[in-house]
Amino acid sequence: MIRVVLPAHLRKLARVDREVTLEVAGPVTQRAVLDALEGRYPMLRGTIRDHVTLRRRPMVRFFACAEDLSHESPDAPLPDAIAAGTEPFLVVGAMAGG
Amino acid sequence: MSRVRVLVGTRKGAFVLESDGKRERWDVSGPHFGGWEMYHLKGSPADPNRVYASQGTSWFGQLIQRSDDGGRTWEPIGNRFVYDGVPGTHLWYDGTPHPWEFARVWHLEPSATDPDTVYAGVEDAALFRSTDGGQTWAELPGLRTHESASSWQPGAGGLCLHTILLDPVDAARMFVAISSAGTFRSDDGGRRWRPINRGLRTEQLPNPTAEIGHCVHRIAMHPSRPRVLFMQKHWDVMRSDDGGDTWREISGDLPSDFGFPIDVHAHDPETIYVVPIKSDSEHYPPDGRLRVYRSRSGGNEWEALTNGLPQRDCYVNVLRDAMTVDRLDPCGVYFGTTGGQVYASADAGDRWMPIVRDLPAVLSVEVQTLR
Repeated sequence: MIRVVLPAHLRKLARVDREVTLEVAGPVTQRAVLDALEGRYPMLRGTIRDHVTLRRRPMVRFFACAEDLSHESPDAPLPDAIAAGTEPFLVVGAMAGG
Repeated sequence: MSRVRVLVGTRKGAFVLESDGKRERWDVSGPHFGGWEMYHLKGSPADPNRVYASQGTSWFGQLIQRSDDGGRTWEPIGNRFVYDGVPGTHLWYDGTPHPWEFARVWHLEPSATDPDTVYAGVEDAALFRSTDGGQTWAELPGLRTHESASSWQPGAGGLCLHTILLDPVDAARMFVAISSAGTFRSDDGGRRWRPINRGLRTEQLPNPTAEIGHCVHRIAMHPSRPRVLFMQKHWDVMRSDDGGDTWREISGDLPSDFGFPIDVHAHDPETIYVVPIKSDSEHYPPDGRLRVYRSRSGGNEWEALTNGLPQRDCYVNVLRDAMTVDRLDPCGVYFGTTGGQVYASADAGDRWMPIVRDLPAVLSVEVQTLR
C-alpha cells in the first residue's frame, strides 16, 4: 500500500483524514501514485496537476524520504520506502507568504 | 413570508446570510471553504436551492462547488475548463503576444429557466457553458476566436470575462464584458459575437474611441427593458438604449465617475446605483466617505446615499461583482467592501446597516429573493 499525505485544503476537499492509502499496480512512480489518487478521489483532479498536460501545478511540491522529488520525472521510480509503504509520499502546498 | 439569502464570496471563504422580508435580523453561516478565494456565488433563478460557487487558490487552482439545499451543503463538481482547439495568443501587458492560459472563473451566471444550465466567465477571457449542472464545461469559442481577440490586453486584474447578462426576453441574446477588451453581444445563443463599444471613450488608448480595448468594469440591465444597458467603465458611467449598439455618458454630477459596480433598482428601471471611487490609482471613496450614488432619472442627476455608511476615514473599495438588489418591495440593495463589511438597505438605499462587519475582503455579493 502506498501512503499519501495531502495538504489540509485537499484533505478537506477529498473528505479524508491525515493520510490516504492507495493500491498502485505496476511500477511505483509519481504518475502512478497520482493516477491512483485521482481515481479514488476525482475531486482532486486539476488541483495537484493540470487537467490536460498533467504537469505539476507550480505551487505544489512532492516530497518523500526527506527529499524534494518535485522536479523528478513523473515516470521515475519513487524510493523503495514509498513503494513498500514505510514512508509516505507527501503532496505539499508550497510555502508562499510574507 | 418572503425571505432573502445573500451569498458573499470573499478572499478567504464564502458566507451565506439569511433574513426574513424585513431584512433587519440576519443569520450568518460560514466560512464555507475557509481559506479559499471565493470569486463568485450565484443561485439559479429556476431553482433557488441550486447555488453555484467558484472556488480557487493559486496553489490548487480552480474548483466549482454546487449546493442543492440553498448553501447548507456543497459538492465539488466539474472543474475542467479547457479552451476549444489551439487557443492562440492575446496581448500581454508589454504588448507582446501571450498564450491564452486559463486562470480562474470570475463569474457564474445560471440560466433563468434551467437549473442545470450555467455560464462561466473566465480569465483568460472566454465563456464556458455547462448543461449538466456543472459536471462538464464546454467553451463557446466564437467569443475568444473573434477577429479582434489577438489584440485583447489584460487590465490590472487580468484578462477577465467578469460580466454575463442573459436577455430575459430574447433567449438567443447575451452580453459579456471583458477587462480590458470591452463589451460584446451575441444574437445567436453565443455562437457569434460582435463588439458593442461605440460611444465609449478611453483616453489611455492610442485611439480613444477604438472599438476594442476599453476597460469595462460592469454592465447591468433591468429585466423588463433588456435593450437598456448601464455601464460602469474604468472611468465614465455609460448608458445604451439600443442593446449596446451605441453608448452615451451619464456620469453627470457624480463626484468621481471611476468605480466598479453598477446595478438597477428591482422595480424602477430608471433608478440605478454606483459607488464612486476616487481614481484608478486610488481605489477608495473620495474624501474617505463611503457613498452610494443613486440616480432616479437613468443617469446624469445623482444623489449621495450616506445614512448608515461611514462618512469619515473610510478607505475601502467595492469590487465589480459586490453589489446587487433583491426583488422585494421596497427594493433591497446590498454591497460588500474590501474591508469585509456587507451593507444592506431595505428601502432602496435611503438607510443602510452593516449585516456583517469583519469578513475577509469581499469579492462578490449576490442575493436570492425567496417567496
